[in-house]
Amino acid sequence: MTDIIAARLQMALSLGFHIIFASIGIAMPFLMASAHFLALKKRDATYLTLTKAWSKGVAIFFAVGAVSGTLLSFELGLLWPKFMEHAGPIIGMPFSWEGAAFFLEAIALGIFLYGWNRVSPRIHWGSGVVVGLSGVASGAFVICANAWMNSPAGFDWNNGQPINIDPWAAMFNEASGIQGLHMIVAAFEAVGFAVAGLHALLWLRHRHDIHLKALRLAFVMGAIAALVQPLVGDFAAKSVARRQPAKLAAMEALFETQRRAPLLIGGIPNEETATVSFAIEIPAMLSFLSYGDFNAEVKGLNDIPHDEWPPVTIVHIAFQIMVGLGTVLAALGAFGLFAMKWRPKWFMDPRFMKTLILATPLGFIALETGWVVTEVGRQPWIIYGIMRTSEALTPRPGIVYNLLLYMVMYLVLTFVVGLLLWRQTRLLHRNLRLGGS
Amino acid sequence: MTFTLSIILLFLAAALLLYVLLGGADFGGGILELVLGQKRRHDLRQVIDTAMAPVWEANHVWLILAVVIVFMGFPPLYTIITVHLHLPLLAVLLGIVVRGSAFTFRHYDTLDQRFSAVYSRLFTYSSLWTSFFLGVTAGALVLGRIAPEANDFVTLYINPWCNLFCVAMGLFTCSLFTFLAAAYLVGETNEEELRLLFRQKAMAANAVVILLGVVVFTVAEFSGYPLISSFFRSPISIACIIGATILWFPFWYCMLHNKSILLTRLLGASIVGAVMAGWFAAQYPEAVRITAQTGAGRSIQFIDVAAPTETLRALMLALLFGSAVIFPALGYLFSIFKKAKTSLPDNLGVHD
Repeated sequence: MTDIIAARLQMALSLGFHIIFASIGIAMPFLMASAHFLALKKRDATYLTLTKAWSKGVAIFFAVGAVSGTLLSFELGLLWPKFMEHAGPIIGMPFSWEGAAFFLEAIALGIFLYGWNRVSPRIHWGSGVVVGLSGVASGAFVICANAWMNSPAGFDWNNGQPINIDPWAAMFNEASGIQGLHMIVAAFEAVGFAVAGLHALLWLRHRHDIHLKALRLAFVMGAIAALVQPLVGDFAAKSVARRQPAKLAAMEALFETQRRAPLLIGGIPNEETATVSFAIEIPAMLSFLSYGDFNAEVKGLNDIPHDEWPPVTIVHIAFQIMVGLGTVLAALGAFGLFAMKWRPKWFMDPRFMKTLILATPLGFIALETGWVVTEVGRQPWIIYGIMRTSEALTPRPGIVYNLLLYMVMYLVLTFVVGLLLWRQTRLLHRNLRLGGS
Repeated sequence: MTFTLSIILLFLAAALLLYVLLGGADFGGGILELVLGQKRRHDLRQVIDTAMAPVWEANHVWLILAVVIVFMGFPPLYTIITVHLHLPLLAVLLGIVVRGSAFTFRHYDTLDQRFSAVYSRLFTYSSLWTSFFLGVTAGALVLGRIAPEANDFVTLYINPWCNLFCVAMGLFTCSLFTFLAAAYLVGETNEEELRLLFRQKAMAANAVVILLGVVVFTVAEFSGYPLISSFFRSPISIACIIGATILWFPFWYCMLHNKSILLTRLLGASIVGAVMAGWFAAQYPEAVRITAQTGAGRSIQFIDVAAPTETLRALMLALLFGSAVIFPALGYLFSIFKKAKTSLPDNLGVHD
């Protein structure tokens, strides 16, 4: 395995791992704060137990997310020093804001987790909300930096050196807003459905009221996010069409530049023959979705130099999975919200519960494949149109050993966190039994 | 040296200092648990757990802050560090991951005791491991064996940190962290016997710190790093050393006579802070020392590797604004969890 492939895999692995924890850090505190709010307002002991149970989950995920994030802050430099050297002065600013937001999050979490009976209920509840808000803020800041890699701004490139640096223009580049929104909504969607699925399973097994309450809160959050997401995703795709035609062409496996470009659903692209097999074709739909005009011309891969093509197959398939799962979750969300309001029996139906259990990982799979589209779709560039990923690689040989080490570490961590969650639910039920409720 | 750059360097120094004083003490807690006998380990664990849990996430953000400052404000420096100190940094990072996870898992996984022993072992050993490699990395930065123009793997990636001076720095760091932990922990328990134990450990660690400090200075001289003369070149360093020495007497008085716990903590932290500040002043304005192709040492100064003015200004703004939010919040956090126990001496009789 070459060093560049090993380094890219290691980065993918690290980000793919961290993003799960970051998403939970963004969305979960709001669930926790909602349960806490209901506990305080209704003086409801079940909601209080739920708040505490969820807060333990938040603490575990936060801790692992914090260490994997610390790892990443070094790893960018360990693997891509040339990128960091050039990008640092331009795009360091969102990282410094992210640092501040993360700091606030750590402080607020400390107050929330250990502040029971130490601070007033109002401040205590507020600290939980601050955890969520600063989680959203740090997510948004980091996305600004990633968006800049897709849509470089705020500098002029002169003989391989950046000049006329404007950190503000870099931070608020064209992609920042939409990419950040897309990701944050995705975090709420993925976490909402994952938590709902988990509690649906626990409800079917234990029939304890606490799981039904948890399920409803989480489902509402996930369902609303899932219904908003297609709209946000459409804006995101239009933005990609404008800024990164190569990425859009790879997402849609469009090999020929054309007017009335068709939208492909599914299909397996072949880069050698520039064809796609097994796809359902909707004529002119891609032109419409990209530019709001059925006759618009969409740039195909044939107009992009071959050495600047992203890996088409991976990007296209990942994009199909993301959109497909997003659609499934939106449908499930719409049905569930309808049932909750007008057909409570449907919502309580074991078949619906089982569907929710099956849907547990779908949001996260969509989120991960979405990141594959963003990151692999930008290749071969690390800074789009400016610096190639291969130019940024560390000169140190033997990256494959790092990769192996990281793989083992993440596998073990994933296993232990999973085990821990399972043991937490057992602990919860033991306490519930002891509490007599 | 511009005003903006000075402010940023002050923040960098403060972040590193606070990481040592707060995060370092957390590492020291783990080391203390490791070196303490099996008999007292359980009591100690509970004290450490209660003392650290609410604040420990915050204590470790200082490192991220320092990384961000270097990355944005001094990008070439960040690149030199991450390329040439890749291996010790990797060791630090592994340690941070294992330690952070194990501590949290131990805290929450209370279903039964089987797992706790494993978590504890991971937590204590990785505390020692991480502290050691943090010291090694710090030593490698100042020693000057980083040779960016070399051609072979060993000179490029091993020699900069695998040497006697860096090992001495690693051990020194471990002892320093342990000292801090013991000095702080005296105030975290009501049990007189445990208190006595912490006081003893703090004093013992203090002796080891001084001993290893002498070793570090001596080895530095033999390794071609003029640490002593750079200390005596800077008036601030001299003042810091004198200050630390003066503070050392009331600290030992408090330790020996079981005096005010808050004062003991402040004195312990001030001594370490003064030594660190003295070292920073001696180091200034040098960012890192490297070996040029000719074999001669060359110092790279902060101003040589500073980012353009626009970037520095943005960074300064972020730091000033951020600290306006962070410091009050942090003060509030510490006031909630660290206030109650500092007044404990008065109630001691009640608990006994």
